[in-house]
Amino acid sequence: MTELNQLTLAEARDALRSRTTSARELTQAHLDAMAKARVLNAYLLETPERALAMADVSDSKIAAGDARPLEGLPLGIKDLFCTHGVTTTAGSKILEGFEPHYESAVSANLWRDGAVMLGKLNLDEFAMGSSNETSAYGDVVSPWRRAGSDARIVPGGSSGGSAAAVAAHLCLGATATDTGGSIRQPAAFTGTVGIKPTYGRISRWGTVAFASSLDQAGPIARTVRDCAILLGSMAGPDARDTTCVDLPVPNFEAAISRGVKDLTIGIPKEYRVDGMPPEIQKLWDQGAEWLKAAGASIREISLPHTRYALPAYYIVAPAEASSNLARYDGVRYGLRVPGKDIAGMYENTRAAGFGREVKRRIMIGTYVLSAGYYDAYYVRAQKIRTLIKRDFEAAYAEGVDAILTPATPSSAFGIGEKASADPVEMYLNDVFTVTVNMAGLPGIAVPAGLDAQGLPLGLQLIGRPFDEETLFATAQVIEDAAGRTALPKPWWA
Amino acid sequence: MSVDAATVRRIAHLARIAVSEEEVAPLQGELNAILAFVEQLDAVDVAGVEPMTSVTPMAMKKREDVVTDGGRAFDVVANAPETEDNYFLVPKVVE
Repeated sequence: MTELNQLTLAEARDALRSRTTSARELTQAHLDAMAKARVLNAYLLETPERALAMADVSDSKIAAGDARPLEGLPLGIKDLFCTHGVTTTAGSKILEGFEPHYESAVSANLWRDGAVMLGKLNLDEFAMGSSNETSAYGDVVSPWRRAGSDARIVPGGSSGGSAAAVAAHLCLGATATDTGGSIRQPAAFTGTVGIKPTYGRISRWGTVAFASSLDQAGPIARTVRDCAILLGSMAGPDARDTTCVDLPVPNFEAAISRGVKDLTIGIPKEYRVDGMPPEIQKLWDQGAEWLKAAGASIREISLPHTRYALPAYYIVAPAEASSNLARYDGVRYGLRVPGKDIAGMYENTRAAGFGREVKRRIMIGTYVLSAGYYDAYYVRAQKIRTLIKRDFEAAYAEGVDAILTPATPSSAFGIGEKASADPVEMYLNDVFTVTVNMAGLPGIAVPAGLDAQGLPLGLQLIGRPFDEETLFATAQVIEDAAGRTALPKPWWA
Repeated sequence: MSVDAATVRRIAHLARIAVSEEEVAPLQGELNAILAFVEQLDAVDVAGVEPMTSVTPMAMKKREDVVTDGGRAFDVVANAPETEDNYFLVPKVVE
């Protein structure tokens, strides 16, 4: 029999329902795999006692015939989601030892549906990063390696722990968040599937805030179906988040078998950026061919403001971050470093508690919001955001159902390879994903092949607002055509 | 636009982040790299364009103006570095 942690989430669900295995056995198999994989540094905190207690509850529910939608399925939780009584750090020293007295809406929805918590997953500090190298608790190492090399590779970020844990079979699926690409880029780097749903589909309540008008949670899992199952549980109205919409949650899992017949897929010409590796172009063309063969029509479209999305993002996101992170003041949470007066205490606490990238973004945000610069930077960026959104609206108004692009401009890079003095080099990783956050749209990354070095590459599909179903249907066609990526052999175990 | 060392110190103070003398020059370089990157936005014609205030076309949700939560002073201060009788303690601010 296959080792239990090799099952997909849907297969594990079926095995539990048919009593082929128990939630306790399934959970223990994951805890054992996690214990062997600590060199990856994917988990910041393992919660084995809680996991087994939750699994036992699931086993009794299953025995009583009361199984809930995710009954007994072990998941990892990005350490940006507050978990009641379980340390939540956001990957930052400033929140070291923070034990929330409340549960995030996303994780509460998962526990309501019977899921089991394995532990808290590593991430870039406050979700600011594209390689998981900004975590105060160490880099996450990807389970992937270049062919013939044992150099350590980044899993992407900021949901690097989530993506690495899913790829290394250390959980059946994981929660993640995406402000500029933080679900889709690590999914693409690790050969996993990740969806950022439409802004407002999932409550942000209890999730540590980075940039509130861009942040959205979503799942990372090994198949399109598994992502659809998880999103169905994570989503839903919540009165505590005024930006969370009062829309019913569709049956996402049912949507995956719809196919793409009669759909129109747009190919945006502005995504053909200078210096794009030929392998990425080839994969993109291949993706369009697969969809065409399955009955979709392919149409070239124009999204003229694409190139301005990333620079506008680097005004909007830091501005919102500088405001959101003002709450870490040495008074209400975690770290406090004394100073000569109260302002000195704030300054010393924040200097010691925040890492370099977080400080840099808070300072950029403070600058663009400061007197005399607000209109030139912030208001202009918000106007450009309107233009970016209009580009998508025009494409959809002309009958485009979904848009196909590469997920990232390259495959994963090595740890430390982009540590240059110019932060913009790292930011360019998100050039294909950030437009989607700026326009509030849903986007999914699905594995489509390997590059010449043997590292995964992903394609991205962008949908109409609140039409995640079409994304699941289309991504399933790509998954079926590409074949599920064979995940790396466990060199770490 | 680019920032000089004095501006870096001023921003750091506004952001309430202590910055040592050795940190000023590297920060200045990094902030200027980001500001140079965003400079390309000046090329966009934004005349007559409304700045985005809500990414989804929805009216702000409203609810009855009633108390829905509260009476949890201990939960609120539980993670604070210093408290007394469910109050946050801060260094003396009034002489």
